[in-house]
Amino acid sequence: MTAATARTPPGVPAGAPSRGTRFTRLMLAEWTKIRSVRSTFWALILLVVLDLGFTALFMGLTVGQWDKTDAEDRATLAADPVSSILGSGFFLSQLTVCVLGVLVIASEYSTGMIRASLLAVPRRLPMLWAKATVFALVVLVLGTAVSFVSFFMGAAILHDKVEVSLGDPGVLRAVIGGGLYLAMLGLFALAVGAIVRHPAGGITGVIGFVLVLAPLAQLLPGSIGEHVHAYLPSEAGHLIANAHQGKDDLLTPWQGYGVFALWTFALLTVAAVLLKRRDA
Amino acid sequence: MAVRGVSVRPITVRPLPTLQDVRMIEAENLTKRYGDRTAVNDLSFTVVPGRVTGFLGPNGAGKSTTMRLLLGLDRPDRGDARIGGRHYRDLHEPLRVVGALLEARAVHTGRSAYNHLLCLAQTQGVGRRRLDEVIELVGLTGVARKRAGGFSLGMGQRLGIAAALLGDPSVLILDEPVNGLDPEGIVWIRTLMQRLAAEGRTVFVSSHLMNEMAVTAEHLIVIGRGKLIADCSTEQFIEQSTEKMVVVRSPDAARLADVLGREGATVAPDGDGLLTVTHMEAPRVGELAAAEGLVLHELTPRRGSLEAAFMELTRESVEYGIAAGPDGALQEGALPAGAPAAATVQEGERR
Repeated sequence: MTAATARTPPGVPAGAPSRGTRFTRLMLAEWTKIRSVRSTFWALILLVVLDLGFTALFMGLTVGQWDKTDAEDRATLAADPVSSILGSGFFLSQLTVCVLGVLVIASEYSTGMIRASLLAVPRRLPMLWAKATVFALVVLVLGTAVSFVSFFMGAAILHDKVEVSLGDPGVLRAVIGGGLYLAMLGLFALAVGAIVRHPAGGITGVIGFVLVLAPLAQLLPGSIGEHVHAYLPSEAGHLIANAHQGKDDLLTPWQGYGVFALWTFALLTVAAVLLKRRDA
Repeated sequence: MAVRGVSVRPITVRPLPTLQDVRMIEAENLTKRYGDRTAVNDLSFTVVPGRVTGFLGPNGAGKSTTMRLLLGLDRPDRGDARIGGRHYRDLHEPLRVVGALLEARAVHTGRSAYNHLLCLAQTQGVGRRRLDEVIELVGLTGVARKRAGGFSLGMGQRLGIAAALLGDPSVLILDEPVNGLDPEGIVWIRTLMQRLAAEGRTVFVSSHLMNEMAVTAEHLIVIGRGKLIADCSTEQFIEQSTEKMVVVRSPDAARLADVLGREGATVAPDGDGLLTVTHMEAPRVGELAAAEGLVLHELTPRRGSLEAAFMELTRESVEYGIAAGPDGALQEGALPAGAPAAATVQEGERR
């Protein structure tokens, strides 16, 4: 009872740290969250396995079927082998990033963890930015590593038919671009997850964007279809993993990535506004 | 605590010592609607440090919503909620000021208890030693590395309490902490809350169980349908809200009932010469019997059960009640802190 008077007034903790260290702490906390859930771990393993597995499978098939392949297809491959190598790996493995990106935030809502998170960070937005930063960094590091391995593996398999090396024009950028693409895709998925706040809904939404919308847009007639298709987030975004602008591409690799980034930041902005406004 | 002796005195504003003058938690005309349902309706109260304040109301009365409004999880449609004079969202390191246990679980099921607490601790720069301390305090040491999804309701509550205590906060807001706890756990949490209050902390704890609050809380804030019903000491609440009655036994019960009835008492015969008398004090019953020369075998003043009184008090405001009265009928607005007793008296007399 006597101890009562000795308590410090609320809201004035000793040694208030600077803003910078505060954000670092939030990033550390978000890192703990990511690494301490099994689904994250398995999704990242799956990313590696699917990516490398499909690169090996597709490149192996390409080499195996080389004699039966017509000249046009051979020419396409030879013109930009790195995009085929990376693309065959990404096609499925990118889905793990989509799922994970949504789960990283939506699972907080489905389990109720979000309430604990927001009690700790009542201003809310720093939590979102820390989470986005940490997740993007994790995917960037792993994605770039996978991209390099995938490239070297694919190049080795193709070796007899098509020569490609890291020193060729645009190739190094494309390989790093593989990691950049996945990182941006992760942010895109995270933004959708933050908006939808529901794992199943969010995953459906992102996969719809990435897989369903593209073929659908191609059905649109003429140049409208071409333009819509070219500016879709994942279609524009994956151009960064091409060595150079293909003859049918409306956008250069960096322009494409810019379009993807705009999509992503627009959605993140919506997510931020909603996070600030909605009841948790 | 110092208030104990004083609080028996009815109605008067108590001259409170220092600690109780600090309004640690303040709700001011809080109103929250979900669609066309008003969960919290113009609710005002303050909670002071140094004692356990019970937040009582039937299910759906708006307790959890009020707590969520205090904690900045929901935004009030009207009114204001402050902790230590500030909005929750303006607290620099909130977990070091306020510890909260929410009714719904706030734990990722796939994460271990330890990692759950760790990621919360990291946001506030709380060290690992404190982490181990709270884990031991709530008795989860053996299962701290296990996934929280596999926890029983009681273990989940303990984890929630560990999270609340993590930053050694001076304010605790606990929503139904005894939910799912076994009897041992209930005694543990009760003792813990009382100890935390005795240390000078503000302990604000909700419950829908009157009897639990009667033994835990020193002060009560009672709401029904989002509106304030009572804000008074637990003793006052019990004093004024439980119905007084007299159990009297006489070989000539029929005549006694007649006599008492004529003098304004309400008499219910229970058979075997037993009468339950309300609206009349025991001495008066005895005097009347003596005046009529009636023999009494028993004369016992009794109190109705607290739980029954609580149900009676909140009946009109129970969310799921049948044919509940109009919303505002039960109690007019917020009660000033000094006059709660009058309100509960009114309440009793209305019936």
